[in-house]
Amino acid sequence: MTSGKTLTIAIMDAPYESANSTTALRIIHAALKKGHNVNVFAYEGAVNLTMKAQQPHANPVKGTSVEEEQHPTTKDWVASLFQLASKKGVNLDWVNCGLCVDERGAGEWIGGPRRGGPKDLLDASLASDATLVIPTK
Amino acid sequence: MKYLFIESRDPFESVDSKYFSELVQGVSRRGNDTTIFLVQNGVLSARKGSKHNELIRTLIQNKVEVLADRFSLRERAISSLIEGVKVSDVDQLVEVLFAPGTKAVWH
Repeated sequence: MTSGKTLTIAIMDAPYESANSTTALRIIHAALKKGHNVNVFAYEGAVNLTMKAQQPHANPVKGTSVEEEQHPTTKDWVASLFQLASKKGVNLDWVNCGLCVDERGAGEWIGGPRRGGPKDLLDASLASDATLVIPTK
Repeated sequence: MKYLFIESRDPFESVDSKYFSELVQGVSRRGNDTTIFLVQNGVLSARKGSKHNELIRTLIQNKVEVLADRFSLRERAISSLIEGVKVSDVDQLVEVLFAPGTKAVWH
């Protein structure tokens, strides 16, 4: 059942650098699971969360293979959020800030996100029931 | 007014946490409905016996609702909290975010 409510969340941490990224994805997951729509504005390093070329790796220190290590990638986590949104019948609008994408060469991403700009964050926030900005340090 | 403060940092790392706590106390003293959600290393001050317990006690004394993220507590093997801190999760965080008129600030 959908709530009709929308959360806008702005994130800027690059993948694997900060616990903020994990918490942000947990919040998005919780909101979608509850039947809320979610707008994500990913800027700065967060545009790298959805990069198609991310690959898991083995761990030579532990002696595990790629399959044994099961190293998660943020692109797969984000892909699963889109799947959850579809299953719940809610909207997940993930915008990667174009300026940040260009300066990082992060233009090749998984299906789902779209390119946007700062105005998208303003518009999304104004149209939302709740807004949360997660700054980086 | 309703305020939701999310504290992800801790006073072992930075003095900013003390200033943030003072900000939250001030907002509550002005009569605002105030909640602080401790997440990530923000839960460290809530561990019973921590040298920074007073930071949390002062918030509670100033009528701030203090919530601590269960996932963050488990990550840090924190099983004993000081009195007055409620164990919570991101599901409740989302509910508080959507309470009408709530302004959220992440530190």
